[in-house]
Amino acid sequence: MNYRRIGKYIGYIWLIEAVFMLPSIMLSLADGQQAAMNSFLISMLITLSLSAVLIYTCRNAKSVFTAREGFICVGLSWIALSIMGCLPFIISGEIPRFIDALFETVSGFTTTGASILIDVERLSRGMLYWRSFTHWIGGMGVLVFMLAIAPKDEGGRGFTLHLLKAESPGPDVSKLVPHIRGTAQILYVIYIALTILDFCFLVAGGMEVFDAVCTAFGTAGTGGFGIKRDSIAGYSPYIQNVCTVFMLIFGVNFSCYYLFLNRELKAVFKDEELRTYLAIVVVSIGIITVNIKGFYPTFEETLRHASFQVSSIITTTGFATTDFDLWPSLSKAVILCLMLVGACAGSTGGGLKCGRFLLLLKTLRRQAHQILYPNKVQVVRSNGTAVPEKILQSINVYFSAYAMIIALSFIMVSVDGLSIPTNISAVISCFNNIGPGLDLAGPAYNYSMFSDLSKFTLIMDMLAGRLEIYPILILFSHTAWKRA
Amino acid sequence: MKIIIAGGGKVGATLTRQLSSEGYDITIIDSKSNVVDDALNRYDVMAVQGNCAAASVLMKADVQRADLLIAATSEDEVNLLCCLTAHHLNPAIHTIARIRNPEYSRQIYDMSDVFALSLTVNPEKQSAKEIERLLRFPGFLRRDTFANGRVEIVELRVNEKSVLCGSRLNNLQQLTGCSVLVCAVLRNGQAIMPDGDFVIQNNDRLFVTAPTSNLSVLLKNLGIITRKVKKVMICGGSRISYYLAQRISQSGIKVTIIDKDPDKCLYLAQNLPKADIVCGDATDQSFLENEGLADCDALVSMTSIDEMNIIISLFGNMNNVPQVITKLDHMENSRVMSSLPLGSIINPRELCSNIIVRYVRALKNQAGAALAVHSIADGLAEAEEFRIDESAKYCNVPLKDLRLKKNVLIVCINHGGQLIIPNGNSCFEQGDTVIVVTGRRNMVMQFNDIFEV
Repeated sequence: MNYRRIGKYIGYIWLIEAVFMLPSIMLSLADGQQAAMNSFLISMLITLSLSAVLIYTCRNAKSVFTAREGFICVGLSWIALSIMGCLPFIISGEIPRFIDALFETVSGFTTTGASILIDVERLSRGMLYWRSFTHWIGGMGVLVFMLAIAPKDEGGRGFTLHLLKAESPGPDVSKLVPHIRGTAQILYVIYIALTILDFCFLVAGGMEVFDAVCTAFGTAGTGGFGIKRDSIAGYSPYIQNVCTVFMLIFGVNFSCYYLFLNRELKAVFKDEELRTYLAIVVVSIGIITVNIKGFYPTFEETLRHASFQVSSIITTTGFATTDFDLWPSLSKAVILCLMLVGACAGSTGGGLKCGRFLLLLKTLRRQAHQILYPNKVQVVRSNGTAVPEKILQSINVYFSAYAMIIALSFIMVSVDGLSIPTNISAVISCFNNIGPGLDLAGPAYNYSMFSDLSKFTLIMDMLAGRLEIYPILILFSHTAWKRA
Repeated sequence: MKIIIAGGGKVGATLTRQLSSEGYDITIIDSKSNVVDDALNRYDVMAVQGNCAAASVLMKADVQRADLLIAATSEDEVNLLCCLTAHHLNPAIHTIARIRNPEYSRQIYDMSDVFALSLTVNPEKQSAKEIERLLRFPGFLRRDTFANGRVEIVELRVNEKSVLCGSRLNNLQQLTGCSVLVCAVLRNGQAIMPDGDFVIQNNDRLFVTAPTSNLSVLLKNLGIITRKVKKVMICGGSRISYYLAQRISQSGIKVTIIDKDPDKCLYLAQNLPKADIVCGDATDQSFLENEGLADCDALVSMTSIDEMNIIISLFGNMNNVPQVITKLDHMENSRVMSSLPLGSIINPRELCSNIIVRYVRALKNQAGAALAVHSIADGLAEAEEFRIDESAKYCNVPLKDLRLKKNVLIVCINHGGQLIIPNGNSCFEQGDTVIVVTGRRNMVMQFNDIFEV
């Protein structure tokens, strides 16, 4: 086990995190919020010094990085990131309890957007910015960021592909260009460009610059922290529609944009996952629009709310313009199913992923065929090429792990004695990094009524959901820590 | 620069390791999915699974935008077709093919405008050439040639009895009686670029720069008794053995080749009229003794199995055969190997990849590229020869006034055929060629890279 190497990476992660706290300090300074500024300053100093200690003690780390260490490194980095990220909330006293602050931070980094805050608007602007920024950096992944800015030989040598694999969502992560550093850079350039585009559209619609920055961060990372009590509901219909479109955009596999930039339009439009994703969105919007007819005065408004909520849930963002908990059962059921499906692989969204869902369906169809024609040799295809059995198998296993974790968390959260819809939707919502659930966990409420045990369970769910289970799961396996 | 490597076998893997560490954009093509997965996990490269000679697969590897294709599969025909296809898809591409079958060499030369290959490499032939050179000067573990064969870097192992053991490098000139320079020392698996105060210890492996004409003086003064190799025993009838026997039997050396396979023996006997071919098991020690191992001046272990070669070489060493040469395909960089008395170690794929790497570097920077590149000290250091052109900095400045990067040594200056083993007062001029030894971590692509910025 190469602890030093992992230590070094965590040191770098903290260094990056400390640098990212700078804008919050400036913002607090500009607002004259002395307490907030001090808390950021102290957090930054703590993070910096710990990072310096780690980087110094681990400076002679070997450069060999095995698959096991890669996964452990990703799991630990995210925990380390969250622990330092919650310091400003605690030190400033704006979220005094550790578990609450951790919940809020993990919810930020994992782009969940579930909040324990009863009144968001009481937070200072520095804190609001920090909360939204965690979405942005968590969306594409902080390790990917590190790989993108790493010096040429550091980011490329050895086994860092495991880091990218462990942090990027999707069943089969592939590089866009031969160098991992180049791949990470391309991803971040696309990500930054789309975020800026989103910001421009929001500002053009008359949104305040600060609000637009935070909303763009929340949309880009498919996070969903609102900076208003009623999330996006108070903004103009134009802004709501911009959000709908951009949430969908950030839910698409980023390699599609890379293909798009390379003018390989055919490959983009033929992409089965993208087609499935869009088909699910259109069908869901249709069903819900018909189902909630009469709830809102005009058809335009009905369609707007239906599409906003569908786009917000399937991309696992979690913004809201209306309380969908008041909708009829059919609509709520559709919403709950969308939570499970999630966005495309390789996007910033969470969930099971459309790609996996599609392959699960295809495997199911194959199995059914196999019963009818036992001697037929069948392969599962995706985009015209056969999918290796190894990947199919891993998706099946992933799905079982996914179901088991939901079941186990559901039981743990139910200890609190809240209603079943609350518990199950809270678990599904956190595990898929969405935010709002149904009933007491619905868009109009927050997560403050859960006990500490439930909050801890949900924190682990959020991390496991963001990192696609394994990096977190193996932290609990004793074989992972054994000396090789 | 974008490079496609077709075939992830022995040569392919070595090339991938070497070239990816130099930062090129590399795409690997191999038909086996485990090779592809392995490459992806171990190196920072792209990988495509499929038949590298198929246009569709080459397109997937983005051949249209590639600068160089290296076809290194085990099949000559596949390599040729792969290069031809790539050329059709991208006429500007450079192609390098591994061609092992000697029957093709003639037609590749004649049909050069059809194949349009930039370079062909033949690992077996290269190895045979290398072994032949070693046999010319028994006593050195390795020889790397520069300046058109006038300067060499040779490898010596220091043992307790050697006069070198315990002496300081400043005194080296007196001991050897000729002008030589120790450019690298391999001690406990680490390469050291020594200075004058460095003290040589038992079991060090020295890399010494010397003009070729001084080599025999060097050997004599160091007390390494050598006599001309007259009788060589080769264990294993591989293709290298064939090339080697062909080359050295011409110069009057008596060759015995031992192989287990009767068919192979028959083939060799038919094609090598001057060599003795014996059918039998080379790992059987009494058999080797019967075949006159004790009278041999050199033993070359050349079977297809590394472990077998090690055993044979150890046995040869035990029988005091003056020179032992071991071919290793897989374990060449292992530290265990350097602690065993295996004599010279020959690794065909490394030789082959050295040639290709030199070509790639020359392609990258047309001007100022290295004339020769040899990796020495188990791959931990590199010796490169550069021509000093107009762009070179610090011409005519004494070396002691230059600020070179750490672990960089200028080991020889070839001033129009006059060879200078440099000291602090030497300087180089335009038109000279200079041999530089650098640690593996320094990337020296052009001559000016050796200076501290």
